[in-house]
Amino acid sequence: PLWCDKVLLRASRRVEIAYFSHSQITRLYSRFHSLDKGENGALSREDFQRIPELAINPLGDRIINAFFPEGEDQVNFRGFMRTLAHFRPVEDNEKSKGHDASEPLNSRNNKLLFAFRLYDLDRDDKISRDELLQVLRMMVGVNISDEQLGSIADRTIQEADTNGDMSISFSEFIKVLEKVDVEQKMSIRFLH
Amino acid sequence: MKCSYFLDRRPPLGGAVNFAPCPRPESRESSCGLELRPTARSAAQVWLSLVVGLIMLPAMFGVSLGITETYMKVLIKTLKWATFRIQKGRRERETLKPSPSNGIIQRDDGSMEKEIGELRRSRPKRPDGGDFTLSDVFYFSRKGLESIVEDEVTQRFSSEELVSWNLLTRTNNNFHYVSLRLTVLWGLGVVIRYCILAPLRITLAAIGISWLVIGTTVVGLLPSSRVKNWLSELVHLMCYRICARGLSATVHYHNKQNRPRKGGICVANHTSPIDVVILANDGCYAMVGQVHGGLMGVIQRSMVKSCPHIWFERSEMKDRHLVTQRLRDHVNDKTKLPILIFPEGTCINNTSVMMFKKGSFEIGGTIYPVAIKYDPQFGDAFWNSAKYNMVSYLLRMMTSWAIVCNVWYLPAMTQMEGEDAVQFANRVKSAIARQGGLVDLSWDGGLKRDKVKNTFKELEQKKYSSMVVGDDSSD
Repeated sequence: PLWCDKVLLRASRRVEIAYFSHSQITRLYSRFHSLDKGENGALSREDFQRIPELAINPLGDRIINAFFPEGEDQVNFRGFMRTLAHFRPVEDNEKSKGHDASEPLNSRNNKLLFAFRLYDLDRDDKISRDELLQVLRMMVGVNISDEQLGSIADRTIQEADTNGDMSISFSEFIKVLEKVDVEQKMSIRFLH
Repeated sequence: MKCSYFLDRRPPLGGAVNFAPCPRPESRESSCGLELRPTARSAAQVWLSLVVGLIMLPAMFGVSLGITETYMKVLIKTLKWATFRIQKGRRERETLKPSPSNGIIQRDDGSMEKEIGELRRSRPKRPDGGDFTLSDVFYFSRKGLESIVEDEVTQRFSSEELVSWNLLTRTNNNFHYVSLRLTVLWGLGVVIRYCILAPLRITLAAIGISWLVIGTTVVGLLPSSRVKNWLSELVHLMCYRICARGLSATVHYHNKQNRPRKGGICVANHTSPIDVVILANDGCYAMVGQVHGGLMGVIQRSMVKSCPHIWFERSEMKDRHLVTQRLRDHVNDKTKLPILIFPEGTCINNTSVMMFKKGSFEIGGTIYPVAIKYDPQFGDAFWNSAKYNMVSYLLRMMTSWAIVCNVWYLPAMTQMEGEDAVQFANRVKSAIARQGGLVDLSWDGGLKRDKVKNTFKELEQKKYSSMVVGDDSSD
């Protein structure tokens, strides 16, 4: 139930809590609870698809997938917050020093990794031509022919691929997008 | 049947407990606590005569004795004090003063073109203007995550969150224990609401509904005439006034000169079944709806005896032409009362107005828009039909502080040249949203239960495609 989980959260020292303030966690928990129609403390893919604005998003299914770890069908509140933490803005005081040994979830690299995983359908750390085509098809629907889409995919891979393996690795992905303002575009600001 | 059984059996303990028609002489009471019975009976009589005299009769004639006004004044003062105490308590705990805005995140509503254009800023522009970059996906992922945290639609199907607690348990979501005095006040409120106000209101509602059924049936026996119409309107008005008192409803009507006239169609935003009582308190309408069974069915059948309402069988509702034709026939008869329709088709939580279904706007009559806005501080009027059924909803209404709302009658509107039904519906919807201070949404209220149509996703895909291929589309 609502109150039990909140007590547990407060008592634990999970790393996700460092990304959200107390009132933000409360709001997010309310939201989680209102999406959880089955009231079993976890969200399923159907719970996400019930959000109309997400259902009409061309990449809706890929975004929903980002919440679910490999092979799982349910995401609990901790996992929910963990994925959302990627979109926390990168504050100036957080940029230079690392809190602990690992990189913060909302670093530029981790934001780029989130986007990379939207393309990498089979999670093999490479974006193949096939995967790129599939994601492109999701985004454009029926409005572009296979040939045109194929040439767009080829051109994109050609621009990014530096080691000639006809696929895009994560480091090649980072290089292509080095001029893009990732911190701004992949951040969600809370009002309080 | 049971009464005669007791009469025959002549029970030893002073008579049947529940049956007033079986009189028992007072002398036969034994001394085991049954001398409470005459006091109980006279108490009930006093109670009933108080209710009738002080509330029902004035309500029927539209006269106010000032009791409700005093109650509201005391209530407002109490809630103001409670708010002040809560804010003081909150300030002591946190350094940041939380803003009263109900939004969670900052959303900039840039268009797809603008946002993706900014993402592509670092690349040289291609001659045909179209391009694909790996960063395009940032736009969709951010929009998706934003909608997961907070979206415009699903929040409309649950009760509005209050800025400050109004001493009802049911609205106590994020408010913590503040002080003993507040808790005592809350406890007092529970006692008052459940033990004093609720029985009173239930009595009134029962009287109101029974009077409606009896009165309309009696009027229905008269032959058609002006007298009959006048009597029917009188009966309806009186019953709705009693029912409104049964909810402690305080309604402020604005712009009464725009009140709907005969032969017109009145459209309003829908929050709960109580909307009907609120509107019918100030005018007579022909109701439109589905035929129900049970108590609702009884009420419907008796209402239609005294003046023409439009009740559809479930099977008839599927045939849109039939529905439109019946409504059109009613509207064209200028002696009949204006129809009351809620074009949203479902209850919304009174923070926004959702898509108006075009059916009502194809009939062709004059539209009289009405905006209804409830004040959530005194009681939440929204009916969340997924969570509560009708009976528990009405009980919740009767155990709130009061129902306070504002009703604005807007000037009549008609379909303009070259405007189709959908555009007309949107125009009326915007006018109502503007007047009531509600958010104007184009989303369908039916999304409460149904999935969103695929066509909207296809629209988004089409928009994005034009950004990929550029201005000269080869396919």
